[in-house]
Amino acid sequence: MTKRMWALLATLAVAAAFPAAGATKQTGGTLNMIAWEGYLQPQWVTPFTKATGCTIHAKYGGSSDEMVTLMRSGGGNQYDMVSASGDASLRLIYGKDVQPVDPSKIPDFKNFGQAFKSPPNNTVGGKHYGISLQWGPNTLLYNTKSVKPAPTSWAAIYSPKYKGKVTVPDNPIQIADAALYLMKTNASLGIKDPYELNPTQFNAAVSLLKKQKPLIKKYWALASDEISLFKNNDAVIGASWPYQTNTLIADKAPVKDLVPKEGATGWLDTWMVSAKTKNLDCAYKWLAWISTPKVQAQQAIYFGETPVNSKACAIMDKLSKGSCAQYHANAPLKYFKQIYFWKTPIADCGNGKKNCMDYTKWQQAWTQLKG
Amino acid sequence: MAAGLDPTQGLSNGVGARRRFGGALWRRPWLKGAALLSPPVLGFLLIYVAALVALFVYAFWTVDPFTSLTIHSWTLDNFRELWHGSTYHTVAFRTVSIAAAVTVTDAIIAFPFAYLMARLAGPRTRALLFILVLLPLWASYLARVYAWRLILNSDGLLNWSLHKVGLPSAGIAYTNTAMWIVFSYIWLPFMILPVYASLERIPHSYIEASRDLGAKGGRTLRSVILPLALPGVVAGSIFTFSLTLGDYITPVLVGGASSQFIGNVVYDSVNQASNLPFGAAFAVVPVVVMGIYLLAARKLGAFDAL
Repeated sequence: MTKRMWALLATLAVAAAFPAAGATKQTGGTLNMIAWEGYLQPQWVTPFTKATGCTIHAKYGGSSDEMVTLMRSGGGNQYDMVSASGDASLRLIYGKDVQPVDPSKIPDFKNFGQAFKSPPNNTVGGKHYGISLQWGPNTLLYNTKSVKPAPTSWAAIYSPKYKGKVTVPDNPIQIADAALYLMKTNASLGIKDPYELNPTQFNAAVSLLKKQKPLIKKYWALASDEISLFKNNDAVIGASWPYQTNTLIADKAPVKDLVPKEGATGWLDTWMVSAKTKNLDCAYKWLAWISTPKVQAQQAIYFGETPVNSKACAIMDKLSKGSCAQYHANAPLKYFKQIYFWKTPIADCGNGKKNCMDYTKWQQAWTQLKG
Repeated sequence: MAAGLDPTQGLSNGVGARRRFGGALWRRPWLKGAALLSPPVLGFLLIYVAALVALFVYAFWTVDPFTSLTIHSWTLDNFRELWHGSTYHTVAFRTVSIAAAVTVTDAIIAFPFAYLMARLAGPRTRALLFILVLLPLWASYLARVYAWRLILNSDGLLNWSLHKVGLPSAGIAYTNTAMWIVFSYIWLPFMILPVYASLERIPHSYIEASRDLGAKGGRTLRSVILPLALPGVVAGSIFTFSLTLGDYITPVLVGGASSQFIGNVVYDSVNQASNLPFGAAFAVVPVVVMGIYLLAARKLGAFDAL
């Protein structure tokens, strides 16, 4: 009697200890994901789990570099997916940390804006290493009371007129902003792509940033830093994201932003699948889910960025009136032509030459610039 | 079964073993000391020394620039880059000089305050002053730094007050001056307490003797109180200097365009470049600086009171 009771209790204990193991077999399984904070909200993750049975474990990364490090941790088989920004994606592709995916398995792929189907930051040699997600431009933000006349060019953040009142992001990729400005204003340098810079072009961009440094109040690290700089009049002009503009306007601060005539850099995030994932089935289900117009619209409004699925526009307006136009989700193709999306600088210049400055050099130059 | 239940036998066995053990410890006092000390010493070795050793070892490795994987072969490249890169000299020099400026500032502010607490205040005032010194430590470090940002920024409390009395704005928000002020404020309690302890320990009879010998207030201060309080000042300076030396949050929050500390470069090389070995190599610099500082402090008698 006693023995049988013990045996029964032991069975129950084992069953209680491993309910997850039993459940995993029945349903889709688990996806361990690295994402930007705000990219895995219950609003669209809970319905996904309900519909597919795939559960999601989120790990939030604080920077592109941290995400790359996380993807490589534990031999690369700890995480199944990552929401990589353009300055991380090529590192993951060339590092063989992620695998190609087949866009024909994603029903909404055909509705993506033309610029987002095969962008160079996630498509290499015709292979798609992930599916584009959302994007946003790096805009020129200014205080309408102090900055007159209204700026139309990035020249405003390189001119001594606003000395000590300028702020730009504390990020090596900022060198591309300088390169973009030089690409449009100094044809003799022959810059074709702000992320593919040979040593001469790179040095020109860095020396422009060195000349800009005395004008800088602060290199901002967090979006909230820039918001506080603008609110307290410590900065009146600078490079920004739409998120800061929207927050400041909601706080009744006198600010405006624009994409200047030279164009702008921008970020484009991609959901990528680990080369060593054990759950490809769930990964594809997630890629399909996150591309649907409704989820695209939800995330766009939650985070303040622009969906790549052109069908999301109508739903955005339904969720928040005027948001589609506010985030340029319905902009024509020529709008995207002026946005140069972040991509990891690598030694391969893309024109057969291999003398371009890679990201390590960018990072070193940035540390030296800040001094 | 019967033997196991015999209470006397079990007891005598246990007592015998304990007595033998106790006797062994009594005969060899060093054994007792070793047994008592070994757990904390092992813990210390694991937590402090192992981390430092790992740091040193990493400093001699490098990272493959493309795959970000650590290459486990010995090289001096990181130190060579530190030695030749003028940026790193600037950053190290800035860190050490601000740490020194903060230390001097805190010593100058702390001394009269500690003197007031130790020698002039009554018991009730002293308790109140103690609370005042310790109160800021109860609030979060971050909250206090952010509070300073609100005071110093262009439309902040400082400029508002200056305008009220008809003075021009002070543009010290996001500068190295702002860092110096904030650091001095944050680490001040760590200077006041050791100085207070050293001042309180000076017997009153010494001061009376000095007066009996005809010394005026200034002379007593210079020849009696200051030399006796010096170890306390040096002990406090170890806190303020090393805490400033290792900080990286205040430079991010209140620093300006040229405000990187050693800690910020370490943080960036680990988080932006995934270059832990280079970060480790640079982190050796404050360890060396502190080593030299502690040796100098020992010469000045900072550890005599311990």
